[in-house]
Amino acid sequence: MGILEVKGVNKRFGGLQALGDVNLSVQEKSVHAIIGPNGAGKSTLLNCLIGKLIPDTGSVMFDGKSVLGRKPHEICQMGISRVFQTPEIFGDLTVFENVMIPCFAKRDGAFRLHAIETVMSEKDIVEQAEAMLSEVSMLDKRHMLASSLSRGDKRRLEMAMCLVQQPRLLLLDEPTAGMARADTNNTIDLLKEIHEKRDITMAIIEHDMHVVFSLAQRITVLAQGSPLVEDTPANIKGHPKVREAYLGETA
Amino acid sequence: MTDQTQNPPAIATGAQSTVKASRGGMLGLTANDFRLFLIVLVITFLAPFILNPFPEGSALAQFNAGYPDLMQRFVIFGIFAIGFNILFGLTGYLSFGHAAFLGVGSYGAIWMMKLLTLNVIPAIIMAIIVAGIFALMVGYVSLRRSGIYFSILTLAFAQMSYALAYSVLTPITGGETGLQIKNTDRPLLSNIQDGEIGRANLFGLEMRSSFELELGAWLFTFNAGYYIAAVVMLLAFYMSIRLFRSPFGMMLRAVKSNQQRMNYTGLNSKPYTLAAFVISGMYAGLAGGLMVAMDTQVGPERMFWTASGEVVLMAILGGAGTLIGPVLGAGFIKYMENIISKINSTILHEWFFWLPDGLENFVVALIYPFIGKGWHLTLGIMFMAVVIFLPGGLVEGGQRIAGWIKNRRGSGDGPDKDPEHHPKQAPHVGE
Repeated sequence: MGILEVKGVNKRFGGLQALGDVNLSVQEKSVHAIIGPNGAGKSTLLNCLIGKLIPDTGSVMFDGKSVLGRKPHEICQMGISRVFQTPEIFGDLTVFENVMIPCFAKRDGAFRLHAIETVMSEKDIVEQAEAMLSEVSMLDKRHMLASSLSRGDKRRLEMAMCLVQQPRLLLLDEPTAGMARADTNNTIDLLKEIHEKRDITMAIIEHDMHVVFSLAQRITVLAQGSPLVEDTPANIKGHPKVREAYLGETA
Repeated sequence: MTDQTQNPPAIATGAQSTVKASRGGMLGLTANDFRLFLIVLVITFLAPFILNPFPEGSALAQFNAGYPDLMQRFVIFGIFAIGFNILFGLTGYLSFGHAAFLGVGSYGAIWMMKLLTLNVIPAIIMAIIVAGIFALMVGYVSLRRSGIYFSILTLAFAQMSYALAYSVLTPITGGETGLQIKNTDRPLLSNIQDGEIGRANLFGLEMRSSFELELGAWLFTFNAGYYIAAVVMLLAFYMSIRLFRSPFGMMLRAVKSNQQRMNYTGLNSKPYTLAAFVISGMYAGLAGGLMVAMDTQVGPERMFWTASGEVVLMAILGGAGTLIGPVLGAGFIKYMENIISKINSTILHEWFFWLPDGLENFVVALIYPFIGKGWHLTLGIMFMAVVIFLPGGLVEGGQRIAGWIKNRRGSGDGPDKDPEHHPKQAPHVGE
């Protein structure tokens, strides 16, 4: 039984069958990649996992509890963090504040009227945030505004914001989309390091084969809304069906 | 899972230094915030002197603003703007109906005075409560939308309140004539003689009682009502500083910055914005209650949409999202409204009598559209100039002047304390 179980998920947009009978099981502490050509239903699937869309039929269970119908902040409080295609950070706030906010969210829950104490008097939060920033080696940039960071640093910051909450599952939506080769490799190294250090479960939606084969331990190939194969990277590479559906086009 | 609180020693010292940086002030404020608070405190208490720089009877006495009525308006609208800034400056939600809370608070206060006691404290408390409840209802509905739709919803609520106060709710609001304290009012706890009109007081100290000080040609007025309102404003200002620096304030800035990230961080942005809306509405109610305490009458025009627009102007003119900006903006607009609008063509002719006749008439004709009833034109031009050249409001203007002076003095201040700190350039129109 995996930490994330997707069973018989169907989603229709008018006449288009975006997802057809998707079954998926992400094992705890593994890196699971979901790949597929454009229009295969990757983003629809991800939106079903995080509560943005509700599937027509089927179930999505995280750690034995259904995530369907829950709001994004509730799903996050369950232990699912999400990294976006373009880093979503609090651009008008400093790097340090960016990391403190998830610490507060983890400690105080979805809402707390906390208007008397100053931010800096919360010593446990301050220490936690500093430790996290030093782990991603951004402690020296903590007073900078997040919007003034370089793209790579924004990605690191977003990761730090997710990791400081110690999520049980990290969802990554095309983390290297639109990046140059060097940046892509940096991101791969960062993700590898995070996985090795923290033993965190990751689900990656990606269409860059290089990224997928360097990271994933398990790969699900989606084509036209349905899972084609699920296997290890080595087996996927040689799989004739996958070649036909996907690799053949890009090779 | 690794434990993140087990940090290496190098980081532990970093944490201490950050915590230390937040000390140094008093009253739970950082050194900088405390200094700002102290400056505001001194200015408000010395306002009767500062606002009356010109001797009585001189030509420039026209520009004196140190009379009680106007000074009270400065601090009351300062409170209103501080409250508005908590919503608009921090969360970015532009409410276009804040005058409704001011009006509702005023009605609450005057009923308290008519029925219970002429002491201003219960009236002000009532104003805050009534405005808070009304803000909770309006906010609950309006905050379902954001951006322009939120603004329109709040505007609709305010105009609805205005229209209702004028018509259906006349038994409560007095309709067009509004409410005043009359000689037939018998507040429960105050001893009023038959036929006597009650006056607002604070434990017997009447709001309108003043002490006048003549120093040479100068006349300074110290008014009880002004000082009570000033103390309330200082309290309101202090609370807003605390709120700005608190985790709650940080969350509100996060709402403005990126709501999507906020939701995916496990935070529910709805109650945060609603709490900010209600707090902001309570500030407006406090301002409304104080208005009634100073001048015991209310009319529905207090809720008209131009009044809501005025507080938006105050916040933007002074600098939205800054601590002191809204107070500056409020003072600036109220000064223009009361001083520029008093200048008429006779006064202009007096000023320019030394010019040759034709030229005198020409200059007066040139300036005339900008004074008297034309003060709106002056305000409009000032507002446009500020928005275009100083997007951060008057506060940014002050910062630029301070920076310019620092540069002129040379960089003898030693090395930059924090070389990694690169403040973002203020957004500039045309870039």
